[in-house]
Order: sequence, then structure tokens, then C-alpha cells
Amino acid sequence: MTTTARAIFAALALLIAAGAARAQAPAAADTASASALRARNWAAACAGCHGPAGRAPAGSPVPALAGRGQSELVGLMQDFKQGRREATVMQQIARGYSDAQIEAIAGWFAGVR
Amino acid sequence: MQRREFLGALAGTALLSAQAARAAAATRAAKVVVVGGGYGGATAARYLREWSGHGIEVTLVEPEASFVSCPLSNHVLGGGKAIGDITLSYDALAARHGVKVVRDHVGAIDAARRVVRLGGGATLPYDRLVLSPGVEVLSGEIPGLAQPGGEHILHAWKAGAQTVALRRQLEAMRDGGTFAITIPLAPYRCPPGPYERACLVADYFLRAKPRSKVLILDANPDITSKGALFRQAWAARYPGMIEYRPQYNTVDVDPATRTLKFDVQDDERADVINLLPPQRAGAIAVASGLATANGKWCEVDFLTFEAKAAANIHVLGDAIQIAPLMPKSGHMANQHGKVAAAAIVALLAGREPDPEPLYNNTCYSFTSAREAIHIASVHRYDAAQRTMLTVPGSGGLSPAPSALEGRYAQAWADAIWRDMLA
Repeated sequence: MTTTARAIFAALALLIAAGAARAQAPAAADTASASALRARNWAAACAGCHGPAGRAPAGSPVPALAGRGQSELVGLMQDFKQGRREATVMQQIARGYSDAQIEAIAGWFAGVR
Repeated sequence: MQRREFLGALAGTALLSAQAARAAAATRAAKVVVVGGGYGGATAARYLREWSGHGIEVTLVEPEASFVSCPLSNHVLGGGKAIGDITLSYDALAARHGVKVVRDHVGAIDAARRVVRLGGGATLPYDRLVLSPGVEVLSGEIPGLAQPGGEHILHAWKAGAQTVALRRQLEAMRDGGTFAITIPLAPYRCPPGPYERACLVADYFLRAKPRSKVLILDANPDITSKGALFRQAWAARYPGMIEYRPQYNTVDVDPATRTLKFDVQDDERADVINLLPPQRAGAIAVASGLATANGKWCEVDFLTFEAKAAANIHVLGDAIQIAPLMPKSGHMANQHGKVAAAAIVALLAGREPDPEPLYNNTCYSFTSAREAIHIASVHRYDAAQRTMLTVPGSGGLSPAPSALEGRYAQAWADAIWRDMLA
């Protein structure tokens, strides 16, 4: 099973479990699965340059994101956002994302195996 | 993060609820038909499969045997690439993702019964339908194109045979000849595309037939995308070779004399004519009554890409009525495909779609065989206006063309083709 399929299987299982757990802690489980899917959706917008699931094609000048540490990716995006790191495109893109969105997306990429 | 909460939720449960089990069963049985195997449709098909854990049955209907990319096709005109370099197979979509690829076009959509009838006669039932039909090039609005010889006046605005044919026309042109490209009033597919084409043809002329000229006859009041950067590139790289004329609305062409006719101005003759007629949403979308904006473009709900005119039908890419500052680009269609896929997977599982779509556009244009420029934008959903708006302070342009951006542009193509088809 692919990494993303594994992640989706986990998300779906979480969803089914969330349905059953409705009586106990409905809001928390639904929110957790919704957040996970949202992070996945947001991260998917990076694939056009960074490759599906952040797996850039071999030899690409664009860096891979898959499986890299969350704090590393957050640090890079903040550097782009604050103009501390030179880039052709990424400063312009990073300024479009909130700190929370950056955390979520970086966390999703960090989870890619 | 996910694993801890997953285990926590499981610890609190003993049995699946009947409701959850029904939802799971419904997801596994669902059918989605995707029409159009381009940047929008192929992406949607792939992600519908991936994000449903291969639970949703996805059928992709596409008339062509292979995918040929419009982005980068101007390099075929410039001589830097062969058509094979921008042609990709649908095989992996089938073999790796289990998409059923059907080579046909759509004859009709029965929205009430949720059935698509194909040109070859087969019928495909659907729970959700995704239309990514691109644009229809309205050659019928230029009478001369139907006259004898009109078939040699090419648009090459759908990459493939016409791209190769236009390249051959450029190769055969005498040194000192004129290549004229006419641009319709916006909106049209790929705003910067014609100006990139002018650059890459000029680049070829500079090397192969340096006394030749490029004449851009633009119906628009100004360059529609990256204007300052294109002007700068034309002046710096191709001085005296490229002439740009705005507010030239092409109304007809005489193929016998290769004469272009305009609303207002005097006729112009050229040796090679690249005439881009006006465009609107792909024919199947218009014929199905989905083009609710001026009869030309399909209005959609930006949370799901569901057509405002029909339930259970989603429209992606060039065919939609765009949100503010949202270009008709392959990159954007690819983004639409993923938003729609996520929404459809959610809806078929009885869940609400993601209320916060957030994505970006990075659009590269080559100004020569090696150098490129870009425009970037970030788009987020605005619940009050119920549309996608660009995020204030974000996005931007290149300062100037560079070979570095040329490499990134190629990398973009390789990555997005993988995202769509691999």
C-alpha cells in the first residue's frame, strides 16, 4: 500500500471509529480527522512543483518535501515568509499562508513515508 | 499526531455503528465518471482513487490516445522540443491507480438519470460526474477558416497535430517573412501563452531566419499577463523583431492571400498566420446547459466545483467561470482537480467537504529556449463572498527572465505530469 494510501486508510479508519465514538467524544474525533484531511488537501497544492506527496522527481532542482522534519519545513517556510531566505517563487507563495497553515502542511509532509 | 488520536478513538469503541458501516459501504460502491484527461480531469481521476483508498470506481473518458501538454508546447514551435517530449501515456493511471480509461468522447449527459452516453454508444452511470472539457475554440466565428485553404490557418491551442503542423509552416517560411499571431479578447485559455509563443518563435527566427518578423495582433487593450516582463524580453532579446499591436480584433481571414481582417484597422498579410479564435467552455459543458456565465463559462461552487446549474456534476479547469485573478491555466486545473476529488470523496462518504480550500498558482512562461519568468498567486476561500480570493500580500512576478527559472519551469512540468499521470 502506498504511503498516501496508508494515510488515507488511517484517516478512514479514524472516521469510522469517530462515527462509533460519537457518544463519547464526537467533537474531538471529528475535528481531528477533519484537520488531518485539511492538512492533506492543503499539502496537495504543493505537488505541482514538489511532486505528488512532496516526492520530487529524481534530479529535480526543486527540493523534495516528503518525510522531512516538521520543524525543518516550518523553519524554511518562515524564512521564506519573512524574506530571510532567497527564492524565486517561495517567498511569494509563503506569504500566502498563515503560521497555522504552515504548521499543518509541514506536519503532513513530515508524516509521508 | 494522527496515530495517538486514532488509538484513543479506537479505545473508546467496541463496534462499528450501523451508520458508519453504511457510509463505508456506500463509499466503496460509488461510481464517478471523469470527462477529459487533461490537467484537471487526469488529476481528479487519480486523486479520487487515491483518496478513497481505491474505493470509488473511476472511469476517465478521453478522446485522445495519449496526453499532449499545451504547457511547453511552444518549445515544439521554437524547435527546442519534439512533440514526443510533451506526450505522456494514460497507462499508469490505469495500472497504478485503477482508473478505467475509456477512449471516446461524450455524446450526451442525462443529468436526471445520472448517465453519460458516449459517442461510441456505451452508457456510463455515475453518482458524481466531473467535467474537465477544456475550451472549445470557436473557429466558426471566423468565416474564412471554413473557406478553401482555411484548414491551413492553425490555432495550435490544443497541443498535438496542429502544433507539429505549425512548426512545419515556420520551418518552411522564407527568411524575411512575417509570422502573425492573433489573440482574442480575454478570457481565453492560458493568458500568457500567446506572448510566450511570440518569444519562442522569435528565438527560432534569430537562429534560423534572422530577417524575419513576429507580429502580435492582440484584441485586448494591453498584454494580458506579465506585460512588463514580456516587453522587456522582446526589447532585450529580439530588438526590432517583434511588433506588438493592441486593440486589433481579428474578424476574418482570407486563406488564399493570407490576409487578416480586423474590426477597425486595415488588413494585414503574413507568411505564416497563427489565428487564435475566441473561446468558451468545452462543447459538452455548453451543450449540457452548464455555461451559465454569458453562455460561455460554467459557474461553480468553489468548495466542491459542483456546477451551479446541475447537481452532482462538477466542472474544472478552463471551462469554469473563474474567481478573481484566477487564471485559466493547467496548474490551476490541477488544483481544481484535487479540491473536487477531496470534496467528492467526502460527500460520497456522507461528510461535509473541506470548508477552507487553499491553493496556489505558479505559471511559468519561457522568453527564450532557456530562460523563463513566472507569476505566482495564492488563493483561499472567502466564506462571505463564496469565492476564492487571492491572499493579500502574497504572490508576485519574476524580476527578469533567467535560466534558473527556466530549469524550475521544466521541473514544474515534470512534477505536475507526475501528479496527474504517474
